[in-house]
Amino acid sequence: MMATFLSWSIMISQILLALAMACASYRVLWGPRAQDRVLALDTLYVNASILLLTFGIRTGSNLYFDAALIIALLGFVSTAALAKFLMRGEVIE
Amino acid sequence: MSIPVLNVPGWAAGVTAVLLLLGSGLAFTGCLGLLRLSRFYDRMHAPTLGTTLGIGSVLIASMLFFSVLQARPVLHEILIAILMVVTTPITLTLLARAALYRDRSEDDPDVPPMIGKQRMHSLQEGEVFVQEEEQDRGQALLDE
Repeated sequence: MMATFLSWSIMISQILLALAMACASYRVLWGPRAQDRVLALDTLYVNASILLLTFGIRTGSNLYFDAALIIALLGFVSTAALAKFLMRGEVIE
Repeated sequence: MSIPVLNVPGWAAGVTAVLLLLGSGLAFTGCLGLLRLSRFYDRMHAPTLGTTLGIGSVLIASMLFFSVLQARPVLHEILIAILMVVTTPITLTLLARAALYRDRSEDDPDVPPMIGKQRMHSLQEGEVFVQEEEQDRGQALLDE
């Protein structure tokens, strides 16, 4: 009974996260300005990290955790670099 | 559906399911706000719903699920939580400052003007005033 509830809620949360990623990718593609695109890309990274964690719960594998950690790290670095680029016009001075 | 879900006791499965629904619902609400809000500075607030409580509750769900499944404390999800707590304010502050800089350099009337410039301007006016006063005093000395 509870296992059925869990598997259904995993599926519902994956659908919700996919919709969230669709909203974020709309802002990436048609965001009016560059900072909107960067913000949406950061959100997309976080949502991908959450989605990988739900995949890990679904399959019971530890492998997805490492991928989620790497995506969170890369999201921070890329957003910081893009914000620096928007501020200065170059990343490394 | 899948096999590992069946191997956990009922209470852990229920708590994991509720936390998963809460986290993904918050992330979805944040992204809906990113889509619907009108200005960039409003939009910046919305996805933080997913980056704080959203990913936090999914991480707690994952920790609970794997701890019960493997019958040992699995705590390495705390790494992602610490990373998120440390990095999200840094990136959003950098991004907000970059956006503010861009809007100010285009003379957008909606953003407030720079405070440093105002202070420098008033300081220059004050200097001019002091110089005028000194000139008046010098003139008075000359008159005497």
